[in-house]
Amino acid sequence: MPKTITISPVTRIEGHAKITIQLDDNGDVQDARFHVNEFRGFEKFCEGRLLWEMPGITSRICGICPASHLITSAKAGDEILAVSIPETAENLRRLLTLAQWLQSHALSFFHLSSPDFILGFDSDPAKRNVFGLIAADKELAKRGIRLRKFGQEIIQTLGGRKIHTPWAVPGGVQDPLDAEKRDYILAGLPEAKETTVLAIDLLKKIHVKFAKEIPEFGNFRTLLVGLVSKDGGLEYYDGNLRIMDGNGNTIADQLDPHKYYDYFGEANEPWSYLKFPYYKPFDYPRGMYRVGPLARVNICDYIETPLAEAERKIFKALSGNVGVVNNSFFYHYARLIEILFAIEKIELLLRDPMTMGKNIRAEASINRSEGVGCSEAPRGVLFHQYWVNSDGMMQKVNLIIATAQNNIAMNRTVRQIAAHFIDGRKGKITEGMLNRVEAGIRCYDPCLSCSTHASGHMPMHVQIVGPENELLDEVWR
Amino acid sequence: MAIKTLTIDGEQYSAQENETVLEISREHGIKIPTLCHLDGLSAFGACRLCLVEIDGSPKLQPACTTIPSEGMIIRTNSDKLQRYRRMIVELLASEGNHQCAVCVVNTYCELQNLAYDVGLIYVRFPYLFPDKSIDATHKDYVMDHNRCVLCNRCVRVCHEVEGAHVWDIAGRGIDCEIISDMHQPWGASEACTSCGKCVRVCPTGALVEKGTGVSEMHKDKDFLKYIVTARNKKEWINKVHETD
Repeated sequence: MPKTITISPVTRIEGHAKITIQLDDNGDVQDARFHVNEFRGFEKFCEGRLLWEMPGITSRICGICPASHLITSAKAGDEILAVSIPETAENLRRLLTLAQWLQSHALSFFHLSSPDFILGFDSDPAKRNVFGLIAADKELAKRGIRLRKFGQEIIQTLGGRKIHTPWAVPGGVQDPLDAEKRDYILAGLPEAKETTVLAIDLLKKIHVKFAKEIPEFGNFRTLLVGLVSKDGGLEYYDGNLRIMDGNGNTIADQLDPHKYYDYFGEANEPWSYLKFPYYKPFDYPRGMYRVGPLARVNICDYIETPLAEAERKIFKALSGNVGVVNNSFFYHYARLIEILFAIEKIELLLRDPMTMGKNIRAEASINRSEGVGCSEAPRGVLFHQYWVNSDGMMQKVNLIIATAQNNIAMNRTVRQIAAHFIDGRKGKITEGMLNRVEAGIRCYDPCLSCSTHASGHMPMHVQIVGPENELLDEVWR
Repeated sequence: MAIKTLTIDGEQYSAQENETVLEISREHGIKIPTLCHLDGLSAFGACRLCLVEIDGSPKLQPACTTIPSEGMIIRTNSDKLQRYRRMIVELLASEGNHQCAVCVVNTYCELQNLAYDVGLIYVRFPYLFPDKSIDATHKDYVMDHNRCVLCNRCVRVCHEVEGAHVWDIAGRGIDCEIISDMHQPWGASEACTSCGKCVRVCPTGALVEKGTGVSEMHKDKDFLKYIVTARNKKEWINKVHETD
């Protein structure tokens, strides 16, 4: 008898979503879908507002990665003012971007995903959260919480507040950095580095512990997309796009991110508010691609800091002969490598005298009618494109969000995990099976508030519904 | 000049003949909230936040325009007045599109500070979300009607201090709006001298400097006191640091 299992809402992600799993007459998984049931409408209600407000407004898209929207919006603003921002401003914006990676990645690993790893996928769902983690490993939990706090404190030190700082503006940033603040950040770096190294060691043990399960966690070939520097290094603020296939072949390199619309299209499906971006030359849905830590660490030729570069090499070795690590479970590893890079790079930037300059803002009026901002948000490459009139009022806004770009791959991951772990013929479907499906989504650390341009946390409700819409089984979490 | 005596909040005070209840109260450290009032501009009585109770009068009176009579007994801070003031701020909040979080004067806004002062923690009335426009045609400044509370400060400072009279209020009731030069775009105004006084006296994010980001526009209103003092008394005082 065909059945539909619904996981709604999906927990320990940012935003609201549900997963449906369709079983056929034999109890086999026929299809599984990741539905995003939020609707925001930022692109529409920004119309008519002023360019200079856009970083502040678009940063409100998200409470986890506001700094990424802030920076990307300010960059689109730079283009419309037609200015090249002062070197100090660029260094300061780079610092903010890295602090954003640090705090967001720490949240994803320690608060949201590590309960699955430390307590187990089948553990009591009431305890499988950050509080359960505290009970199980107090020191690790404390370190994880402090690591995220440190990232947020860097943001606060630079921009005056931890969440929703309006500090980056078209033309530069609002305030310079003084020596006292620099020293405060520098003082926090050693502990942050120590915690990240501990987390990487822990994750390597998790790779062994879950060796049998990991191969089913979104393991398939896709395109990988991200920014790289001019010489192919890991990039986060500027640079050009590189597109790599699932065999490690670079199929396009140093693409100008301003022309993103030439490379990527957006498809819609009636069952989700989240669009489905795809690589245009391969059409939809074959143009499936992944962005974010997994893509970035895969596609770059090197990472400029020593500890992160050493880990990148170990990471790449996981790919075997393929040349690319295609398993989405290793998003977690890539994320920790990026935290390590962020910490090392923050120190380099803070020791650069240019960072301490006082020339932080290029002043100009509206000089162009259109501008694209692009940077690497924690979850992947982010585009903001604005069209303005001669007074600087927004005529049209287009935002391409990292999570959306992983949408096709997230759906594929859900299908793969459901097909492997859920077998309707065995009778009762356990909560642990469904948690694995959710954990597949958590690999991508999706931010649905962002990608649908609300956040919330509700108990999970799973329903198994028969062909006549009758409720066959029900699990509340 | 005759001296009057009156009672405010149970205390007896003496006052000059032409002093308003607001002026007398402030002289004696009695705090009455205001919004449309600004020292240096004529009293207008638009916002009704400074309403006070007067013994023997069935109506509440605005402190900024009321000159007390001999022996008047006034209350400035009764429960009823507190309720009314909170309601006024609620109504102001609900009839505009203020969106404090993303406003260029966030944390520097007089309306926002008033909301804190009157203890506003939520708005009971449905938000109207009116369809208001922005005039960004001026090269230096922006008029955002979404955030205008019609306090009339811009109209008065332009007329009384700058002498240009760019601004007026058009329309009736809820449709009232500030207009420039007989309802022409601000950028096309021939009367505007681009002095920016209107922007600096505006209590909210309605009149702002072009190019300012969120929470970036701090309006220093001290200038008005030394301009007005110089003009009226021929005294060139140092920059004052009193807050209105």
